[in-house]
Amino acid sequence: MDLSAIDPLVLLASLMVAATPILLAATGELVVEKSGVLNLGVEGMMITGAICGLAVAVETGSPALGFLGAALGGAVISLIFAVLTQVFLANQVATGLALTLFGLGFSALLGQGYIGVKPPPTGQVPIPGLSEIPVLGRVVFSHDLIVYLSLILVALVWAVLKYTRAGLILRAVGENHGAAHALGYKVVRIRVLAIMFGGALAGLGGAYLSLVRVPQWTEGMTAGAGWIALAIVVFASWKPWRIILGAYLFGGITVLQLNLQAAGVKVPVEYLSMSPYLITILVLVIMSSGRSRAALNAPAALGQTFHASS
Amino acid sequence: MLRLEKRPVPSRAWTVATPVLAVLLTMVAGGVMFQLLGKDPFVAIRTIFWDPVFGEFAWYFRGQLLVKAGPLILIAVGLSMGFRAGIWNIGAEGQYIIGAICGAAVGLAFYPLEAWFIFPLMVIAGGLGGWAWAMIPALLKTRFRTNEILVSLLLVYVAEQLLAAMALGRLRNPEGGGFPGSRNLSQYPSAANLELIPGTGMHWGVVAAFVAVIFGYILLQRHVLGYQIRLAGQAPRAARFGGVNPNRLVVFCLGLSGALAGLAGMFEVAGPAGQISIDFNSGYGFTAIIVAFLGRLDPLGILLAGLLMALTYIGGENAQSNLGLPSAAIQAFQGMLLFFLLALDLLSNFRVRLATRKVKT
Repeated sequence: MDLSAIDPLVLLASLMVAATPILLAATGELVVEKSGVLNLGVEGMMITGAICGLAVAVETGSPALGFLGAALGGAVISLIFAVLTQVFLANQVATGLALTLFGLGFSALLGQGYIGVKPPPTGQVPIPGLSEIPVLGRVVFSHDLIVYLSLILVALVWAVLKYTRAGLILRAVGENHGAAHALGYKVVRIRVLAIMFGGALAGLGGAYLSLVRVPQWTEGMTAGAGWIALAIVVFASWKPWRIILGAYLFGGITVLQLNLQAAGVKVPVEYLSMSPYLITILVLVIMSSGRSRAALNAPAALGQTFHASS
Repeated sequence: MLRLEKRPVPSRAWTVATPVLAVLLTMVAGGVMFQLLGKDPFVAIRTIFWDPVFGEFAWYFRGQLLVKAGPLILIAVGLSMGFRAGIWNIGAEGQYIIGAICGAAVGLAFYPLEAWFIFPLMVIAGGLGGWAWAMIPALLKTRFRTNEILVSLLLVYVAEQLLAAMALGRLRNPEGGGFPGSRNLSQYPSAANLELIPGTGMHWGVVAAFVAVIFGYILLQRHVLGYQIRLAGQAPRAARFGGVNPNRLVVFCLGLSGALAGLAGMFEVAGPAGQISIDFNSGYGFTAIIVAFLGRLDPLGILLAGLLMALTYIGGENAQSNLGLPSAAIQAFQGMLLFFLLALDLLSNFRVRLATRKVKT
């Protein structure tokens, strides 16, 4: 075992890469849950985004179009969830599960011709000036555009939710859909839009896996990332900035255990691979046991079906 | 415009009709999907739904039907109890794996001793293993109010890693030439879960599934616990005022579904699968969720739904070898079925009325 082979700077830089898919998906899910909808189909939307992104990128040769295609794919498949829960008033937990099961099968179907195909590389864009800062530059400012975009999106979501009228309406719908409806807000329309935004971001996150992180297509490649994103929303107690903390914490553990595997620690690989999931559970327990805060901050109408009986 | 009117009580007729309608709609939508994949939709549907039961080789596939339906029914009956009470165990796949590991470990510990008590001990170990794995989300839920959906699901990934560790490590066949995977239990008479009646596919797991259906029915219809489960699902507030202890229900529902999933895994590893291997689990735990909903969370319905879903598995494999239909198509097909079912549920809970436009005053 050679722990000195682990370079802490490389570790920190790859942490950001490892965390980005989950950061994107969790940010999208936060908006969805803020509107009062619990979409458990994140895993299904991510994997759909992963294959859509890869397929578009391979066919067009452009990673940028690939990411766009992934966002579109995620949004389209989330529309199934939106229609079922908002129009057909189906149970959100069951429909989200169905979306995950369907997404896993559907993506495997789409991905048949793409197994082992390498996507065009997504270039790194060091930010001029900032990337030359001695340590920080290499760790934080020398990534591809999606890493920056994910952080900008968190800031945007935070600002919109906190400071704009649209954000206020979204939160109102999530806290009390009856009252929002009585005030004349279109509850269903707002929720459908929120669900599609969540789908698009989950799709982006999935495409980041298949285009940058791995980068190729294998069936079921998201391996629970969507579920971890759901857990991180709870961990963040529905606050955008804390999503970054949660995602990077998780990314750190993932990268650390991969490095420990490579360094040849005497623990079998399987037990190291378990650790991200176990730690996610541990974090969930800690957050929910301080029962007051996390539970109080959950949107009050989360998971409830809205039916205007007028 | 169409208007929805909430029914005071879900319509009985529609509750029975919706699964049938959902299957038919899925056949239509699936047919379109098969057409897009370049296969003749009518041939594909016939290969999946008709040939395994009535076709040329039906004598073989009918037996397979019970082999596949057994674990699905066993797991789904357990899950349906929790789903009724609003307790979502979606990690049955993990409990299934742990049940298989525990059952196989007990069997392998006695190898090569031949004795009558080995198989019963394996059954107990399998059930206990699944139960214990489900107790993790149950205790975290009752003790710390942690969301059982996320915990039970995340534990599936942990169980999969544990399975790999066991297949490569402690349970690896010492005479297997270093290949991953345990000894083959079906070649160890005291531990084997063999066909009881040759050619029917009937093994102890299928018997357990039938027993679970009967007990599930009695529990729901005749026992106070079943009444509490139904009450907690339909009117949680009333249930609390009525003295139903929600924590006890969580522990009971998760424990029961975990134990049944563990049993299913144990019967599978000792019978059809034969050994612990890295890719031992084949998604029964997830498909069982669809089976539970398709069967309307009712034990008798689950029996039929399990047989139907087993049919799509077998038919899907046939379509794969005969028509070159990708196996993923069947997975998507099963997911679609759940979508249609959930959408059509609207008809049992609501009345669709044609709203006449009134003159505004």
